[in-house]
Amino acid sequence: MDLSYSAEYEEFRNQVRQFLHENWRPEDADAGPPPDSQAALMGAVIRTDERATQFRLKAIERGYLYRHVPKRYGGGEQPPNALKAQIIADEFRKAKAPGEMIGQGASMLVPTLVEHGTEEQKQFFVRDTLLGKIMWCQGYSEPGSGSDLASLRTRGVLDGDHWVINGQKIWTSNADTSHWMFCLVRTEPDAPKHDGISYILIDMKTPGLDVRPLRQMTGDADFNEVFFDNVRVPAQNIVGKRGQGWIVSRSTLKHERALIGGSLMHRRTFDGLAMLAQAVNLRGEPAIKNPAIRNRMVEVESKLLALEYNQYRLLTMGARGEDPGLAGMVTKLYGTQLSYDIARLAMDVLADRGLMAPGEGSAPAMGMFLTAYMWSLGVLIAGGTANIQRNVIGERGLGLPRDAATKR
Amino acid sequence: MDFGLSSDQLMLKDTIKRFLDEQCPTTRVRAIMESDSGHDPKLWNGLAELGITGLIIPTAQGGSGLELLDLALAAEELGYAACPGPFLGSSLATVALVEGGDAAQREQWLPKIAAGKALATIAIGEEDSRWDPAMLTAKVVDGKLSGAKPLVPYASSADVFIVAAHGDDGPGLWLVERGAPGIEINTLKLIDMTRHVESVTFRNTPATALGGAKTALQRTIDAGCILIAADAYGGSRRCLSMTVDYAMQREQFGQKIAAFQAVKHQLANLASEIEPSLSLYWYAAHAFDHIRDQSERHAAIAKAHLSDLFDRATRDCTELHGGIGFTWEFDLHLWFRRAVFDRGFLGEANYHRERAAKLAGW
Repeated sequence: MDLSYSAEYEEFRNQVRQFLHENWRPEDADAGPPPDSQAALMGAVIRTDERATQFRLKAIERGYLYRHVPKRYGGGEQPPNALKAQIIADEFRKAKAPGEMIGQGASMLVPTLVEHGTEEQKQFFVRDTLLGKIMWCQGYSEPGSGSDLASLRTRGVLDGDHWVINGQKIWTSNADTSHWMFCLVRTEPDAPKHDGISYILIDMKTPGLDVRPLRQMTGDADFNEVFFDNVRVPAQNIVGKRGQGWIVSRSTLKHERALIGGSLMHRRTFDGLAMLAQAVNLRGEPAIKNPAIRNRMVEVESKLLALEYNQYRLLTMGARGEDPGLAGMVTKLYGTQLSYDIARLAMDVLADRGLMAPGEGSAPAMGMFLTAYMWSLGVLIAGGTANIQRNVIGERGLGLPRDAATKR
Repeated sequence: MDFGLSSDQLMLKDTIKRFLDEQCPTTRVRAIMESDSGHDPKLWNGLAELGITGLIIPTAQGGSGLELLDLALAAEELGYAACPGPFLGSSLATVALVEGGDAAQREQWLPKIAAGKALATIAIGEEDSRWDPAMLTAKVVDGKLSGAKPLVPYASSADVFIVAAHGDDGPGLWLVERGAPGIEINTLKLIDMTRHVESVTFRNTPATALGGAKTALQRTIDAGCILIAADAYGGSRRCLSMTVDYAMQREQFGQKIAAFQAVKHQLANLASEIEPSLSLYWYAAHAFDHIRDQSERHAAIAKAHLSDLFDRATRDCTELHGGIGFTWEFDLHLWFRRAVFDRGFLGEANYHRERAAKLAGW
């Protein structure tokens, strides 16, 4: 049990710091477009302007970014080393330097293409995706196919050398700003459910696509519905074979769950809550002095610490080549519950100030908690609802049988 | 950066587990717990021979010279087995002597404790659940200790007591030997039958101040919090494992109850809470020896978090067993009772959370 890094890794850390010092100045961090708030909360810098791109190219060339992607497709191509990856992420975050792109393209589509794509697809898409030049959305869920995604009905029929696609996708984050979509389409209507799906890449400029914003309960529209009306897609845009889309897609959902369950965002939110509780008063004294609030602050912090130290344990299991098992399976469920615990405590700290809509003039300075209170419900559902998580944990983690009488 | 157990530590856990599987099945737990003393010297000697009593005692005094994490791993395995006996009191007295004894005191007692030849125990808590050194009322005046300690583990069997009391310099630790005048011991019946405590009153009992570091009292309390957290983790893990096994066997309505989604989800919820709590107790145990400025706060947090979790785990697991879980004959209540001990001994969860809030400067 050792939380320090050995001399070899401290030397590596120094090299990373030296690289950052030479290639990314603090002024660079301040110039450039304002950060997306969600990404900023995670400490990520995902800008894609020219300065950021130049830096990323250097960082990739040094093997600091996209270590899991081959060089010939624009990646950093390094032997897997969980500790080095962690050191790089920490130092880049501290320097506010552009890191790997967050979101469906770099973390989901790229590993899928690297594993299943043709050479042409890899050459065409991967490098530009890693640099944020191509932005992706995920065409998976449908109004009739959420948790039971494999029941999806958007149809693809081969007409000469084009797929003709008709149907509808929902909950498509960023469809309005994306260049391309990776989409699950039913192309083998007579095959069994899971064997009838194909994974197809679709240019969002293709005629027949209609993207409509989907307003969520927070009032914003981060999601979209996408309607397909005889959308013609070149046949070579399929990834993997016909009917193999379900297998091809499996790797991406694993990544998405890891994305949503990380602990850094929770730490920043909790630290913000601690500041809030010291800054706002309840009946004449700081909220943090209220015995019930104090107790719940420590209770919530305890859960956060357990999650953070679980991350250390996962990092070590990765470095040792051990299967993470339950420790890896529970993080999304645990993390989303924690998000709610933090948001709920924040609402109690705010008390009647919590009535204000975010952005309202008299809303407290830390109005993000008002949004978080609603948003924490969204993350409970996104990327696999909590009950689906519980099924996965029960079945794959504890060896319990699958639900009886379910048509799979 | 290696947040995991060493191969030595894995071997230690495995050795203890195999010993307990063989020597401490629940039949033996019941036999011991239903005896008057609640203590089986043969079992205790077996644990001493494994090195458990000497884990954190320096090698110069016959121990293994290991750290609190290693002792906590032993606590976890003993918790998993619901092993009856004086491990907790002995461990805390040992911490007190290692951290707070002077050279002569350490030389006099540690080798005997390591060999299992002397049983030591700890006396800290007082009435109204006072575990805070500043609030203790037991006093030592001119080398004579007076005060009431209502929760002393295995006092009747102990050869030496390490007692927390106020002296001229404030709160500290004192050593009292068995047979000293003025010691009155009253037996108690606890819900947890595997870990006896007795009520001890000292009246002008000769006592020797521990001559070492003054920080030893708080450090002993911190170690206690961590060992209870580890016990709670081991017990929670055992209950979950038993319940998964039961759910995979028990059939109702034509199927294994494990296939019912509500059952599956309750078990998944428990697993998702128990798993990360392991890392919390590991970190607290590691901080005790290696991150001193985080040690006290983490110990308090781990105790509160894990004792709450153990409480929930035993309740949920009993519920999932249905009627059989509520019987005396079925083993689950052994851990239910240990969870009751863990939630109260050394102070309740809310008290420790308030301590943690203060230590954060809130």
